[in-house]
Amino acid sequence: MRNLVKLGVVTVVAAGVCAVAGVASAAEPIKIGAFLSATGPASFLGEPEKKTLEMYVAKLNKDGGVLGRKVELVVYDDGGAGDKASTFAKRLIESDKVDLIIGGSTTGTTMAAIPLIERAQIPFISLAGAVVIVEPVKKWVFKTPHTDRMAAEKVFSDMKKKGISKIALISEDAGFGKSGHDQSVAVVKNYGIEIVADEVYSPKDPDVTAQLTKIKNAPGVQAVFNFGFGQGPAIVTKNYKQLSMPMPLYQSHGVASKDYIRLAGEASEGVRLPAAGLVVPDQLAATDPQKPVVTAFKKEYEAAFKSDVSTFAGHAYDGLQIALVAIARAGSVDKAKVRDEIEKTSGYVGTGGLVSMSPTDHMGLSPAAFHMVEIRKGDWVLSD
Amino acid sequence: MFAAFLQYLFSGLTSGAIYALAGLGFAIIYNSSQVINFAQGEFIMIGGMSSATLVASGVPMPLAISLAMLISMAAGIALEKFAIEPARNSDVVTIIIITIGASIFMRGAAQLIWDKEFHSLPAFSGESPIAVMGATLMPQSLWVFAVSGVVIVALWWFFNRTMFGKAMLGTSHNRLAAQLVGVGVKKVLLASFALSALLGAVGGIVVTPITFTNYEAGIMLGLKGFSAAVLGGLGNGGGAIVGGLIVGIAEALASGYLSSAYKDAIAFVIILFVLFFMPNGLFGKRGTDRV
Repeated sequence: MRNLVKLGVVTVVAAGVCAVAGVASAAEPIKIGAFLSATGPASFLGEPEKKTLEMYVAKLNKDGGVLGRKVELVVYDDGGAGDKASTFAKRLIESDKVDLIIGGSTTGTTMAAIPLIERAQIPFISLAGAVVIVEPVKKWVFKTPHTDRMAAEKVFSDMKKKGISKIALISEDAGFGKSGHDQSVAVVKNYGIEIVADEVYSPKDPDVTAQLTKIKNAPGVQAVFNFGFGQGPAIVTKNYKQLSMPMPLYQSHGVASKDYIRLAGEASEGVRLPAAGLVVPDQLAATDPQKPVVTAFKKEYEAAFKSDVSTFAGHAYDGLQIALVAIARAGSVDKAKVRDEIEKTSGYVGTGGLVSMSPTDHMGLSPAAFHMVEIRKGDWVLSD
Repeated sequence: MFAAFLQYLFSGLTSGAIYALAGLGFAIIYNSSQVINFAQGEFIMIGGMSSATLVASGVPMPLAISLAMLISMAAGIALEKFAIEPARNSDVVTIIIITIGASIFMRGAAQLIWDKEFHSLPAFSGESPIAVMGATLMPQSLWVFAVSGVVIVALWWFFNRTMFGKAMLGTSHNRLAAQLVGVGVKKVLLASFALSALLGAVGGIVVTPITFTNYEAGIMLGLKGFSAAVLGGLGNGGGAIVGGLIVGIAEALASGYLSSAYKDAIAFVIILFVLFFMPNGLFGKRGTDRV
């Protein structure tokens, strides 16, 4: 919020200067394009993202816009399909002639649009999770959400702190769960932890007690880590309780929404997971720089849409803020200048954490962006 | 060792009973019209979603369940009246394609009427697992078994002991002959859609406490139910039940003893294998055409 105010001031001053100099160019709006998965299987990502962008752009225009110019938002719904995402990216670039693109709710839609965006040389901020988006670094591509690798690292370091060295992995064998599984396997050795059982389930399986029984009977398992989202983790959690498995259960950041607690019910008691500060704004230390940002965002979002704020909405908020600040600093919408300014983003306090980008890091979040939370009596409790 | 086996079996029976209930709906419509209704999964979803949202808004469970069944039946009747009946003189294939379109429409409508979130129903008799020789079973799974059993008995009675049921069977065997002896063929088709929607709703309601539901839940249940129905022999209610249990148990045993990564593949290999030797499914009637 503070950034917006600052931006408003900058804008007013800039507008004044322009007027005095007699080069008023206030007529042309700045065009920001977005392709999001507002419907389809990834709609739980795209829908809050779309609402957030629309709300904050409207608000910004009411406050006078950026550089004395209004901001025009062009949003397309790709339904979660990669081919549609690349078509819409093309349309944004060629017929809407936008100045910057935000979007790609999923890794699939983001990756489908990247070749076009790189060719058109237009700044692009993705809202999807996987590491591949920014690794290797692509000149015009940035992203705001945490990666699955960071989530895995957070979980493993928490396990290490608790002296756990043998774990079982149970993951969804598609999309998010699969990518999370691969990242977990890649980084687990750095923590001196061994995966002794590795099970998967399909995204819509009604029952996973068979997989959990196998884990229960595997020798030496001290903790179980589940990577997935949607109803899968809730079913895993319920089955886990049904088998009264004694070791602690860890979930990924994919379940950091109240829906998970609602679905899994009492079985979710004691589950630990990494989550952004946005999930527990009231419990953050008063000195935490994120506290005012996430508290304000949560309040505004929940007042406007009467539904619980999700970290996904936060990704869109961060993307928009980073873009606007960069445009304000660049003083124009010159694509190369805006790109350079995004890359110079430093110390931005967002809903996801502190963001400091560099030519080698186009995400800029530090591992400290994640907090460990535990579910107690149906609510999140900060437990770092 | 035995406890683990028993647990795999329970896991398989739970999933299998869910697939079986979904498969039964396919069997009924196929029986009376030779049409495979790909919107069957959506009836299950409508049953689950309407009961879950009604209960969440404070309606007592028995009333919510009855309303959910009525809502699904209304959807089934509307589907038949507005989409199937106008095309009743077309090929079976055309009608099947219409049902695919209808399923997409119903998913979209559900997204607008309800939302995109997952919903759950409280389990009918609590959430404390029942321990059997070292393995555990949720009481809700017993509800699913029991309801499948009741449904199959009720269907048998309906098709073999009531005039209307016999008329439906007759229509499926020979439409023209049925019409000639005075069976209202139109009414039969309408009733079969209402009945299978009702059945879908019952399935949706009893499985929602286990699997949760959202606007897309019908896709998976429809697909697995269809596999179950084909494996058991299309048009045979008992076959759908056996088919569903085989698919469920095969999946659970495969993930227990082999690898969970291959469980879906193993279930499909079994289906392919059976269909290769018995193209009409386990209990399907052999398709002989009299000249």
